[in-house]
Amino acid sequence: MKILVPIKRVIDYNVKVRIKADGSDVDLSNTKMSMNPFDEIAIEEAIRLREAGIATEVIAMSCGTAASAEVLRTAMALGADRSILVELESSPEPLAVAKLIKAVCDKEQPTLVICGKQAIDDDSNQTGQMAAALLGWSQATFASEVKIEGDCAVVAREVDGGMETLKVSLPAVVTTDLRLNEPRYATLPNIMKAKRKPLDTLSAADLGVDVTARLSLVKVMEPPKRSAGVIVDSVDTLVEKLKTEAKVI
Amino acid sequence: MTLLVIAEHDNAELKSATLNCLAAAAKLNAEIHLLVVGHQCASVVDAAKCVSNVAKVLVADAEHYAFQTAENVAELVIGLAPNYSHVLAGATTFGKNMLPRAAALLDVSQISDIVAIESEDTFVRPIYAGNALAMVKSSDAIKLITVRSTAFDAVSANGGSAEVENLTPAADTGLSEVVSREIVKSERPELTNASIIVSGGRGLGSEEKYHQLLEPLADKLGAALGASRAAVDAGFAPNDYQVGQTGKIVAPDLYIAIGISGAIQHLAGMQSSKVIVAINKDEEAPIFQVADYGLVGDLFDIIPELEAKL
Repeated sequence: MKILVPIKRVIDYNVKVRIKADGSDVDLSNTKMSMNPFDEIAIEEAIRLREAGIATEVIAMSCGTAASAEVLRTAMALGADRSILVELESSPEPLAVAKLIKAVCDKEQPTLVICGKQAIDDDSNQTGQMAAALLGWSQATFASEVKIEGDCAVVAREVDGGMETLKVSLPAVVTTDLRLNEPRYATLPNIMKAKRKPLDTLSAADLGVDVTARLSLVKVMEPPKRSAGVIVDSVDTLVEKLKTEAKVI
Repeated sequence: MTLLVIAEHDNAELKSATLNCLAAAAKLNAEIHLLVVGHQCASVVDAAKCVSNVAKVLVADAEHYAFQTAENVAELVIGLAPNYSHVLAGATTFGKNMLPRAAALLDVSQISDIVAIESEDTFVRPIYAGNALAMVKSSDAIKLITVRSTAFDAVSANGGSAEVENLTPAADTGLSEVVSREIVKSERPELTNASIIVSGGRGLGSEEKYHQLLEPLADKLGAALGASRAAVDAGFAPNDYQVGQTGKIVAPDLYIAIGISGAIQHLAGMQSSKVIVAINKDEEAPIFQVADYGLVGDLFDIIPELEAKL
């Protein structure tokens, strides 16, 4: 089976975002960018399925500016066999990405799409579900374990209050939660090898997809700031302050 | 203008996130219909009828709705949505799983996890782990929205007397089947609507210490237990205890962070709490920058003392 793994280039996990002075957007100039952490987990899961002899090919895809080729090279250094970049002028909305994923699936005919449950920039948590909908496939979101059993996937999901085990018919879309696996690091020889792996570049028009945004960004604001309070010197003072000052106990 | 809110329930009880979602809907000043999709869920319908501000309860009861899978619920929602200006669900694992599926089928860009409503087409939502707030305006004819519970005070569960309309269920998609669902039964309040949360991090050192130190304190305060991602990854606490950007978003009256350093992803989940107490041996820990009261020291001494003195 083929597995398609859509990935996104986002602000690095450890970098705190800055807002532009005019409030028009966040400022990503000179900011370290990386692969969305949930997508690293998705790549890892796909590679493990190939290593286990269940998958035959892992294809990474990304939708964004030419710079998104960086994260596709990373995906190939981690083990993806080849990549598809859908080159766009700006970062698309989840609905547009889902349409592009569907178009690539129509061409490549994968049995499984594995993607991160959300991107850590817009925190939308929509793309996988939307792609599954447009493909008419089943979906298993927030996966912490994936097992392929014949023409089904059995997926343990993290849900509010506990766990759920879902059996979905293939083809399907799986979205990854944090505890699905621990992604490997790319080794230097694999980073070198990845430079020679195929990376095809397509446009949205090639795929016949309209990526026009439906949402417009009115402005970006700072969240309400909390300021540091006081350091108390003892448990007695803490209890006293919680009772008389904060009045929360 | 009429709004549709999708109820969250387990066929027995209406979940509190629905009341917060209804509070967000109320800000749009329109008639509200509440959709209950389930199987043998009469007690939920009874509860839904009584919620204030609901004009009509729509009920779709069928065996293939017993576990409310995204595929089947979305199929029903897309049939109803064209009658409404807005469709809202809680930004819970249920809403996050199901609503984008319906949105894509309706060719609508969903607006996730809103924290404020500016007008009927303009909403505010956190981005970058809550380090920025984006105000977005939707040009879609129907708005599909998930609502962050902590940003809207719940409406009253009583005082309403909505009429009930039974719907014809949509066809079973047959795409997925829930094999099992293990919901942890707890005597403690639910994490997302507890007024006090005792939360532990990697500083606790082990699963044994997590329970041994935090449970008596939580019992004494009537608090829910929470955890940082590090503590959950280390196996100290189950995954549904996780507070943070990708876990639960909480805003209790009192949040006690014990042995939690305060990564931005954790702060994203709890910084709207009314009062934050941080207990950590590292005085440089970022958690102290958001804490109202900090106590620097060895939590293994401090926690038993705190419990004894409360």
